[in-house]
Amino acid sequence: MQVELTHFLVVSTLLFSMGVFAIVTRKNAILVLMGIELMLNAANINFVAFSKFGGFGLSGQVIALFVIILAAAEAAIALAIVLNIYKTFSNVNVDEINNLKE
Amino acid sequence: MNYENLYSSLSLIQPEITISVFLLLIVVADLIFDKNKALIPFLALAGLIIASVQVILQVTNTGYAFPFSDVYLSRKGMVTVDAFGAFFKLIIIISSFILVYFSYVSDEIKKSEKNLGEYYALIFGMILGMFFLSSASDLILIYVALELLSLSSYVLAGFSKLRTRNSEASLKYLIYGATSSGLMLFGISIFYGLSGTTNLYEINTFLASHQINHLTLSFASILIFAGIGYKISSVPFHFWTPDVYEGAPISITAYLSVASKAAGFALLVRFIKSAFVTSDDSLGYWEILSVFDWHSLLILVSILTMTLGNLTALWQNNIKRMLAYSSIAHAGYMLLGVAVLSNQGLVAVLIYFFFYLFMNLGAFFIVMLIANKTGSEEIDDYNGLGYTSPFLGVALTLFMVALIGLPPTAGFIGKLYLFIALVDAQMITVAIIALLNTVIALYYYIRVLKHMFLTKSTVETQTVSVIRPNIIFIIFMLAPVLIFGVYFGPVVDFAKRCVQILGL
Repeated sequence: MQVELTHFLVVSTLLFSMGVFAIVTRKNAILVLMGIELMLNAANINFVAFSKFGGFGLSGQVIALFVIILAAAEAAIALAIVLNIYKTFSNVNVDEINNLKE
Repeated sequence: MNYENLYSSLSLIQPEITISVFLLLIVVADLIFDKNKALIPFLALAGLIIASVQVILQVTNTGYAFPFSDVYLSRKGMVTVDAFGAFFKLIIIISSFILVYFSYVSDEIKKSEKNLGEYYALIFGMILGMFFLSSASDLILIYVALELLSLSSYVLAGFSKLRTRNSEASLKYLIYGATSSGLMLFGISIFYGLSGTTNLYEINTFLASHQINHLTLSFASILIFAGIGYKISSVPFHFWTPDVYEGAPISITAYLSVASKAAGFALLVRFIKSAFVTSDDSLGYWEILSVFDWHSLLILVSILTMTLGNLTALWQNNIKRMLAYSSIAHAGYMLLGVAVLSNQGLVAVLIYFFFYLFMNLGAFFIVMLIANKTGSEEIDDYNGLGYTSPFLGVALTLFMVALIGLPPTAGFIGKLYLFIALVDAQMITVAIIALLNTVIALYYYIRVLKHMFLTKSTVETQTVSVIRPNIIFIIFMLAPVLIFGVYFGPVVDFAKRCVQILGL
């Protein structure tokens, strides 16, 4: 079977949907962050697949590199913030951290 | 590699270079002067002064930086330096100046003085992100700049770790922000797949000349709007706003409500104008491509945004939270100006934003002075404050009156130009809804004044004494609000001059 653009797009869309699902349903902040990473990687698959099958040159793959770097920076900051949350609340469940409600 | 091209590009991004250099200088100074941090605010001020001169020069010195002349057909580059971007950069610079003084006075920042170096370095990171955001004409640069702005502001929202609400604010900001930037990136990837480029001008040419699937494009546009809508805190991406505004240090709250919103608006307007508009007609209305109906989306979103912002603000007891909802409502008004999709509407947005800068920051400054003294941000604790500290009471009254949009303040002029633009574009129904919203807004702003002047306090109200520099600063913030309320010609002329966006 020939692997076509459609296959890549199906995988990336599935990954994106799983990411959104994880963000909406998970309570643990770490798992929410994993959902966000899934979304970014879904976009990465899109970029690389489009640049390969659409004949757009290498630009898509360069963009994917940018996104990987930014995802790493975001993960670093996110984990630092989650660690800070753990120190103050001694848990990282998103639904239990809601002091700021009227 | 064409070096001449590179030099001319670099000369176009001088303000950004200055900000980057001073970011590094602040980090180095923080390491060298380990004990004495008093120098750092002045270093930040020096950087801002140089950058502001360079930004003012950009009003006339325009062009495209970093063109890809070899791969792409056009020579339009990644960064578009024009008067429109310069206007928003000016707003960002002015609010940064004010922020430096804010932080100098704020107790919350003073208590974490040993981290002052990180504080200013992160603020300069934010400024750099916002500068690029207001002049980027390439989707990838937009994404990178947006992340630079967001990552710095996540940390700043939780900067002072004195209270648990700071860390909570930064977690909520992080989760909503990362999600919407993930959505935006997926939208960008679809745009890239459709058109084979990330340059907005290339996308414009492509959309105008090719048949494409409207459903896919609408999906991608809405995803990108998610990222922008999060920055300007429009419904339905506003959930973070009240929590973050209440939890973050007041100086950062004030900055987020003006500067990062300005960058979001600059991005929204440039994205629509560069990628979807083919030409201006004789009256200044934009001929928009029929591939996606921005007009309906923006009207729907702006009506929802201002109605929800105003209605929820009615029953807030924390004044920071109330100002957060009021800033959501103001974003709704300004979105209406964008929804007109004409140069006249854009002029109205620019004028509104310029006035909003002074009145909103002024209100936050007084809230901060009171919180410094009483430690409270509850509206109930403002009882009788108008008599014990009359200067603050009167100043806050004037800022609130400006935020409502009553004459003779500048807020009235901002709203007036907005409504004129709406009526000229035959959007009467929308104008009436916006007007009704203004009436709702009257209630919750006046409620603060009622507490200050008419309600007797059960406990003895503390006197908030104001030292002389703060009085001068408040007068400096009040002057534009009052003077531009009667003498607004120069601002209007300047905004009309800055409405030209390069690239058509």
